[in-house]
Parts: sequence; structure tokens; C-alpha cells
Amino acid sequence: MEFYTISLLNGISYGMLLFMLSSGLTLIFSMMGVLNFAHASFYMLGAYFAYTVTSLIGFWAALLVAPVLVGLVGAAFEKYFLRRVHKFGHVPELLITFGLSYIILELVQLVWGRSSVDYRVPVALDGPLFTLFGTQFPMYRGFMMGVALLMLMAIWLLLTRTRIGLVIQAALTHPEMVEALGHNVPRVFMLVFGGGCALAGLAGVIGGNAYVTEPSMAFSVGGVIFVVVVVGGMGSLAGAFLASILIGVLQTFAVAIDASLMSALQTVGVTLTPSTFGYALWKLKLSQVAPILPYLFLVLILIFRPKGLLGTREG
Amino acid sequence: MSSKVYQFKPFNVGRVVIWTLFALVLLTAPLLFTSSLSQTMLSQMGIAIIVCLSYNILLGQGGMLSFGHAVYSGMGSFLAIHTLNQVSGGWPLPVSLVPIAGGLASMAVAILLGWVTTKKAATPFAMITLGIGELVWAMSLMFPEFFGGEGGVSGNRVVGAKTFGISYGPQIELYYLIAVYTFICTGLMFAFTRTPLGRMLNAVRDNPERVEFVGYDTQKVRYIAFIIAAFFAGISGGLAALNFEIVTSEVVSGYRSGAYLLFTFLGGATFFFGPIIGAILMVLAFVLLSEFTKAWLLYLGLVFLFMVMYAPGGVASLLMMNLRVAKFGHLRKLWVSYLALGLTALVVLLGAAAMIEMVYHLQLNSALGPELTFLGGTLNSKSLNSWFGSGFVMLTGLGLFEICRRQFAREWGQIQESIEKEIKRMESL
Repeated sequence: MEFYTISLLNGISYGMLLFMLSSGLTLIFSMMGVLNFAHASFYMLGAYFAYTVTSLIGFWAALLVAPVLVGLVGAAFEKYFLRRVHKFGHVPELLITFGLSYIILELVQLVWGRSSVDYRVPVALDGPLFTLFGTQFPMYRGFMMGVALLMLMAIWLLLTRTRIGLVIQAALTHPEMVEALGHNVPRVFMLVFGGGCALAGLAGVIGGNAYVTEPSMAFSVGGVIFVVVVVGGMGSLAGAFLASILIGVLQTFAVAIDASLMSALQTVGVTLTPSTFGYALWKLKLSQVAPILPYLFLVLILIFRPKGLLGTREG
Repeated sequence: MSSKVYQFKPFNVGRVVIWTLFALVLLTAPLLFTSSLSQTMLSQMGIAIIVCLSYNILLGQGGMLSFGHAVYSGMGSFLAIHTLNQVSGGWPLPVSLVPIAGGLASMAVAILLGWVTTKKAATPFAMITLGIGELVWAMSLMFPEFFGGEGGVSGNRVVGAKTFGISYGPQIELYYLIAVYTFICTGLMFAFTRTPLGRMLNAVRDNPERVEFVGYDTQKVRYIAFIIAAFFAGISGGLAALNFEIVTSEVVSGYRSGAYLLFTFLGGATFFFGPIIGAILMVLAFVLLSEFTKAWLLYLGLVFLFMVMYAPGGVASLLMMNLRVAKFGHLRKLWVSYLALGLTALVVLLGAAAMIEMVYHLQLNSALGPELTFLGGTLNSKSLNSWFGSGFVMLTGLGLFEICRRQFAREWGQIQESIEKEIKRMESL
């Protein structure tokens, strides 16, 4: 019971972090049709900015300043680079963000070095939130969940209850009409791209110290958020939420379970020896398989439900 | 049409000349560059040419942006090295056929994984290939029995029967094996673009909806093309296994896939020969540029960024545009502008590179003191003079470059206009 509750909570908090990342990606994708390959790089940039800002003026300021900085970088990139290749089609758009991911990685290594930096959880949030069945649940995990929920609420309110949200939603389906009504659609796109990047930056601020802030952090999380977006259904925000939580919980449980197919068969009474066919597969522990579970999940979803969990379009 | 002048059926003279030249270059290259470094590089170029061309079947001809092509070249490498070890154990297979075993193995992998991958096109396709690439890469660390774990799998290519006394021990013998494979694979891949399937693939890229209306299954066309691309990638992987005699899990990594994408695009995905240029650039960058400077990935990223923005057709498209200008006899007018552009760009590069190198020096080698050598000169990364000097050089270059660029853009526009007019005039004749 203790194991399940704690793993579930950890899984949800990891899933929330994934959602913060994938929500920005989904927003940008559904608005502009651009798959932002550098999204995880913006996440990394957020973590590094937060590290520097924290050492200058403190964590709480970093929580605000770092995402804004990342958002500005994203908006500038959209304005001066992405917009220029828009006329060439979607593939060059994807490629230019791919090139950007290389450049950000190199620049980060240049400025902050090639090893991890000492970006820590602030003292005020360092400690247990509550104790459950004798195991402490860290306060920072609770904080992560809180921030993610707040962010989810904020996006939802912004998109459905404000004027700018209405314009964004309209520009999604009928850009020409919105333009004809006198709205500056390119600027809306720039705002969306910058906003999506700022969300990734925010995820970096709170994820960087919960995990490790290092140059390879973008690469390690990059694949998973693409899986989340496909599994949830391309362009579906609710789908991204569901898929993030699912994958977060799935991975957290898998890492913690130290069982293999062999041990499962043993409880039924079948004993396998190293000479059995496919022994390498049978003896694999679930915790060893954990890193590939999201990708297996992706393949299964594509076979059985190609449009994703909550997606509406196949493409 | 002017191209008809050179066609004497059944022989296409231009094509015969080009392929003969290609064969000659492959034959004579190791005679011109005889050092062992250049021989290794030439071998790697041959391998890279095959894999980049196979990648271009997906990217250029099929419009499929794959982030997981290294899966197929890498699986080819692994199967080839295992086959090679079986040959060492007594299988009666000549070493020269081992790459084909790699190709067939990759094909089998593609038949399995490609079915899922090619279910979608465009952006979802890109994401799925990324996911599958990650899947295989993570698996490579999970099954050390097959992938050899951290140390990789090593083999020995000097085994089996020595036909005509060729043992593949010296690098030069292997180079010629690679050259033969490169020539044949390039020929086959070019032939593929001329088949009905190859044409259909272009149609699927440009207008899938219409293709469905005509009655073709776009998914099936993509699937078959994917398998063919994987076959050639596997051959290149097999050659790489023979060349290095060791295969580590790095060959299926995302970095490798990214490099294929990057250089195929830089070479030019819109022309058949573009990836060949890209492959040569790839080996030059990986072997020479990485020795030359620590900041090579940054330079690479910047070059890529500007290429996507200003020349989305890659180096090949730049070449072809100038060829068109030359064909109409206007290249003479441009050479002054080219010279000016080149010189000013060099000045910009000099200033920018000096600053980038100083930043890298500060970050990575600050223990060695603030001085660094840059192109024979000495820079002090802590002194204001060096920074001011290189900044000044860069800004001056940038200003001059902009002036030249405007002049060039004007001339270029005029020339294109006159070419259009010329074409119209010839059509009306």
C-alpha cells in the first residue's frame, strides 16, 4: 500500500512536469503546425537561467524571471528565423528548430560548462510535506504539482475566457478571416510560440532542481515529450494531459518494480534456465525495461488507435 | 529544348559521361591522396555516400523526415559484424558479401518497424521515427548479448578464402571494395528514381490526396520505399562494420540519425547528387573540423540554420542555380560580386571565429593561461585588445558584406529576369 501510494504520487508529479513541457509543444503544434524540435532545449534553457537567476536574486524571482527570459528568446527566434522559413513548408520549419537545438546545446555548454551545475531546491521547500505509512513525501514534489495545476488552470482560463484566447482559437482554424478582421496574426503566432517556450522554461525552473541540471537533460526528456504528444493525440491539450500522467505513472512504477517475466513464471511454477530460448528476454527486469516503456506504448497506440487517446484527426 | 541536343537514343551521352567520371573519381582518388588518413577518410566517404543517398530516398524523394535512420544503418552494422564473426567461425561466405547480409538484415528490421512507422506521413512520421530510434537505442543497452554492451562487438575482416589474393587486410583493398559498393548502390538508387515506384513516391510526397484518388495506397508506397532505403542503409552499415571492425551501440543513437539528416539536407535533398556532397562534407566535418576546433558543433548548427533560411535546397541547389546562369552565359558578370561576397564573408568569419574561439578557450582551457593561437596568430582571451579587435573585424566585415550582398541581389535578380525572358523567347520560336 505504502509503495503504491508513494509511487503514484511520484508518478503524478513527474507526469505533471511532462505535461508542462508537452502543453507548450501541443499549443505550438496545434496553432502553427510547427513541431518544435527545440522544445526540450528551451526546457534546459529555463533550468540554466533559473540557476543563474537564483544565485543572483533568489529562487522566487527566478520562478518568474527565467520563464519570461525563455519566452523572449523563443519569441525572438520565431520572429527572426522561423517566420522566414514559413513559406517553404513544414519540413524546413521543423529542420530550423532542429538546428536550433544543436546551437542551444552548444551555447549552454559554452556558458555553463559541460558537467552538471549545482542548482538546488530552495531551503523553504526542502523537507517533507507529509508522512505517509512512514515514508516522507517531499514538499518540493507537492510544489511541482501545485505549479503545474495552477498553470493548467491559467492556460485554460486564458484560452477560453479572455479576448486574446478567443483570437488565438480563431487564428487556429481561420487565420485569413482573423487577419481580415484586423488582428495581427503573425504577432499572435509569435506570442503563442513565445508563450509555449515560456511554459517549457517554467518546467525547466521547477524540474531542473528536482532532477539534474546538465547539458544532456534536453536530450533525455526530448523523446518522451514527443511520445506524450503523439499518444495524447496531435494537438489535443486534454490528450496531452492524460498521456503525461499515464506515462509518468507508468515509468515511475516500472522503475520501482524489481521483477521479471522469469520471476512471474516462477510463481506459477515454471522454472527457466539460461539454456531456455530467449533467456535474455525472460530475465529482463521491469526496472531495466522502464526507459523503453513510453516508446513501446507509442508503438502500441499507433497500431491500435492511430489518432491518439483523445485526438480527433489522423494525419 | 536544349537538353534534346545531347540525346542520341538509345544512349544518353551526358549520363554516360557523368557516370564514367564518377567511376574514375572513385578509382583514382586513393592514387591522388595516398596518406593513410586520406585513405580512411575516403573509405568513410564511400560509406557515408551510400547512407546519405539512402536517407534521401526518404527525405528528398518521399518527403519523409526521419529522425531514426541510424536504426537501419546501425542494425546493418550489428548483423554484419555478427555475420563476420560467423565467417571467422567457419561459414563459407566471402567477406566481400558481408555488407549484403547487413543490408538484408536491415530490410527485415524495416519490414517489421517500417509498417508502424509509415502509417503516418509528415510531422507525425517524424515523431514516430524519433520514438522508434529511441526505442532501439535504449534496447541496445538492454541486450548486451547481441549489442555487446558498452564495449561493442568486434570482429576481424581478414578471414575466409582469399579470392585473387585479396585479404582485405590493407586499407586500400577495403577502399576498393567500398568503392565498388558505392558505385553499384549509387547506380541502383538512381535507377530506383526512374522506376514507376520511384515516380509514385515523388507523387506521394507532393500530393498524397491525388495519389489516393488515382487508386494507389500512399501508405504502401511509403512502406516499400522505406524498406528499400533501409536495405541500402544496411549495406552502408555493413561496410562500416568491415571498415572499423568494431560496432558499438553508438551507431544506432539519435546523434547519428541527426547527423544523417543534417548533412543530407546541407548537401541538398532536392537533387539526386546532393547527398553525395553532403556525405563528403560529413566526413570532412567529423574528421577534420572536429580536430581543428572545439566549437565545430556550434559552427555546424549555425551553417545549418542559415542554410535552411536562405538556401533550403542545400549546396546542390546553389550549384545548379549557378550552372543555369552559366548555361545562359551570365556567369562572367557575377564573378566580381562573388569575389567581393567571398572576401567580405571571410572577414566576418575571421572576426566571429576569433571571438567564438576565445569564448571556448575561456570556458575549456582557462587553466592553460589566457593566450591561445588562432590561425597562426596569438590572441589573449582576457585582454580588451583581442576582443575589441576581433569585434571590429567582424562588424566591418558585416557592413561590407551587406553592401556587397545588396549589389549581388540586384545583379542576380536582373540575370534571372533576363534568363526567364530568354527561355520565353526560345519557347516561342
